[in-house]
Formats: sequence, C-alpha cells, structure tokens
Amino acid sequence: MEIWKDQGIVLSVRPHGENGAVVALLTEQHGRHIGYVRGAHSARMRGLLQPGNLVSAEWGSRVAESMGTFELELHTALAVAVMDDSLRLGALLSACALCDASLPERESHCGLFYGMLALLQTLETENWGPSYVMWELAFLRELGFGIDVSKCAAGGDSKTLTHISPKSGRAVSAKAAEPYLDKLLTLPHFLRPQRSGGDDADVLTGLRMTAYFLEHWAFVHHTQGLPESRVRFQERFARLCSPVEAVPA
Amino acid sequence: MSYSSRQNDGPLDSLIRALAGLPGLGPRSARRIALYLLTNREKTMTPLMQALEQTAAQVRACSACGNLDLSDPCRICANPQRAQNIMCVVAGVADLWAIERTGVFKGRYHILGGILSALDGVTPDMLSIRALLDRLEGTEEVILALSATVDGQTTAHYLGDRLQDARPGIKITRLAHGVPVGGELDYLDEGTIMTAMKSRALV
Repeated sequence: MEIWKDQGIVLSVRPHGENGAVVALLTEQHGRHIGYVRGAHSARMRGLLQPGNLVSAEWGSRVAESMGTFELELHTALAVAVMDDSLRLGALLSACALCDASLPERESHCGLFYGMLALLQTLETENWGPSYVMWELAFLRELGFGIDVSKCAAGGDSKTLTHISPKSGRAVSAKAAEPYLDKLLTLPHFLRPQRSGGDDADVLTGLRMTAYFLEHWAFVHHTQGLPESRVRFQERFARLCSPVEAVPA
Repeated sequence: MSYSSRQNDGPLDSLIRALAGLPGLGPRSARRIALYLLTNREKTMTPLMQALEQTAAQVRACSACGNLDLSDPCRICANPQRAQNIMCVVAGVADLWAIERTGVFKGRYHILGGILSALDGVTPDMLSIRALLDRLEGTEEVILALSATVDGQTTAHYLGDRLQDARPGIKITRLAHGVPVGGELDYLDEGTIMTAMKSRALV
C-alpha cells in the first residue's frame, strides 16, 4: 500500500460518477497530483473542493502507478476570500488553470507551490496585479522558459530597458528597441530597472507580455492553447481598465 | 445487467437497464424496483406508467424563462400578479422550484441552463444569456441566485458585466452568503464563517 501525506492547493475538480470526483492538487512535495475523492458532492466536501483552497491531503493507493484516492481536510479557504471580486477570482482561476494544464504530473515543484500560495494570499491585498504578472514569470521559469529582464539583449543600456524580444525573451533598452518597436513587446514599468508603476494599465501590459510567452512557448504544443480561464481573465482586466489603454513605451 | 445469468433482451431487461440509468440507481437497485413494480402492478406500476406518459406528453419548457410546466408560457410567466420589474436568474429548474417553495419571491425567473465552467467546457454561448438580455425590458432589478462556488460566482460576475452593458444602471443583486438557519458556528466550515463575517449586518 502506497500512502503519503502532504498539503496541496486544489487546482481542478472533475465530477466522476454520482458521488465522487477526480481532484487535481498542486502539492508541496509531490507536485501536481490527481486522486479520486469519495463523497465529493456532500455539503462538507463541496465547500472544500473549490479551486484555490489549501488542503491537507492523504493519498493512498494499492500500487503507486494507480490514480489512488485522496482523503482531504480543509486547511485554509483561500477561494472564499476573493469570490466577491471578479478580477481577483479571475486571477485565482487563471493561476489554477495554468498549473493544471501545463505541469507534469507527480513532478515536485516545491518553489511553485510556495509561489502559488504566496500569490493566493497576495490576492487579498490591494496591489496584487504586479504580483500576479511576476508569478506568471516565475511559472514560465519553472517550466523552463525563463525570461531575462536584467540586461539589454542588444548590448544597450541596462538602465533604460523598455521592451522585451518575443523571440529570445530578453529585455531590450529604449535606444536599441527604436527600430523594432512594432515587433517588440512592451515591458511593464514594474519590471523595468526603476521598478515604478504597477497601476492597472501597467498590469495589463504585463499580462499581454506573459500571455505571449505562455501561448507561444509554454502552450505552443497544447491543442487547446491557453486555458480559457487565463484568456477570460485578461479580457476582463482589459475591459475594466478601459478606456485606459496599456502603457505606451 | 440481465436479471438472470442467461442472456435475455426481453422487456424486463430493458426496464432494468432503463431504471439503472437513473440518477442514484445501479443495476441491483434497478432489479429490486423492477421486481417491486411487477409484484404491485395495479397499485404502483400502472399509475406510474400513466404519470410518465402524461408528463412526457404534456410538460414542456417555457419559451420565455425555461421553466418546465404544462403551458407555454409557464404559469409564472403568464401570471400578471407577479412583479414584472424584478427578475431572478437561476442555474436550473431545481433552483427555481427551491425558491418557489419558499414563497418569498413574487417576480419573474430566468433559467440559465447551467453555469460557466472552463473545466467542463461550458462557455457563455451554451447558456441562455442572449434570451435573458432580450427579456430585460421593464426590469429594474436582476437577482443573480447562483451557487456560492467559484464557478457560480464567476458566472455571476460575467452576467453582471453583460447586464450592465445591455441595460446601464440596472440594479444587480445576488443572494447573501453566510450562516444557514439552524447552523451552529462550531460546525460550520471556515469559508462560510469568513463570508458571514464579511456580510455581517447591524442588529
């Protein structure tokens, strides 16, 4: 009998049969892990099995290769805290969907787990937008698609970075970017060396930037492309920022 | 699935298969029910057959709100006594029945036919949102009576945007979340208590 105990964040819940569900967790030690949960439609479990909730999980299976079953207990109801706010809820669902759709199963991503936990706790604070964009950058790095915003890829001044190359994922200085403005992505102010900005328009610029790399790098081989929740989150953010447009370079 | 060990595709097996396909029933329960019906033909089986036939023939979906009733439009939509300026949006017919049982709401309903779910592939096009927007004439308040789940609230936020676009300034409300009647704090999950604290009211 294979058994382990861990803590995890609920990523998705797929109803299975009349009373059960197949639940995907992002666990601290065991990465993204799925398991069957009995009685998932009971009053107690319905509240627990909401994406974003932190749970204590005990997984058991006769053989390690099987899907196995989870015994879950609620640790912190993180989803409830953001349910009233459409943007925060969108960010939570987007982060969960990205992890659920792209992380390999049973491969430890301890850093990503704590990053996700920090993000979910930050969603309750005021200035959560830049944190979300930075979490997506960390997520890309964890998947092997690191983006370098520390120096200019074209050998320019590293103190005036304003753009990022969609090909290399490396920052470009204002002067070196001038001939290629139509091809480069804008770097949000909070990722520039001065670390200023962070308003809604700036966050939207960051979301557009990370969406490009998610779509063209991390999800390029996924038949369904970027998860619907991520797409909808950005649309909603853009809509609420309107009529303010993304920051110009 | 067969009631005996030998292969049989007779009417009894068809009945057992049909019953086993119902929610909450498996092959064993289906066999028990089939046997019960056969041993109580006059008392149970015949009235059940008649009820099923009548229901299948007469009950239809209301073309306005989506409710199930004998007439189209349904009795709720056709009732002039009900407030025409307030509409309650619910996910399914079961939710409408639940609110109607309380008797506290006297307005009109609209049934969405589900809630948005990226995981299950339920997109806005699959819900009767267009029909809802077309019914807003004369409506002053829309109550979004959707479940207190992540998917339910995502749907509520999405609907809120669409309603504001269609009728700027319209009053959009949602059901309160918190301690249920008869609920003891000690037995409630922390999510419910957290929501109840947020929505606390003056005494």
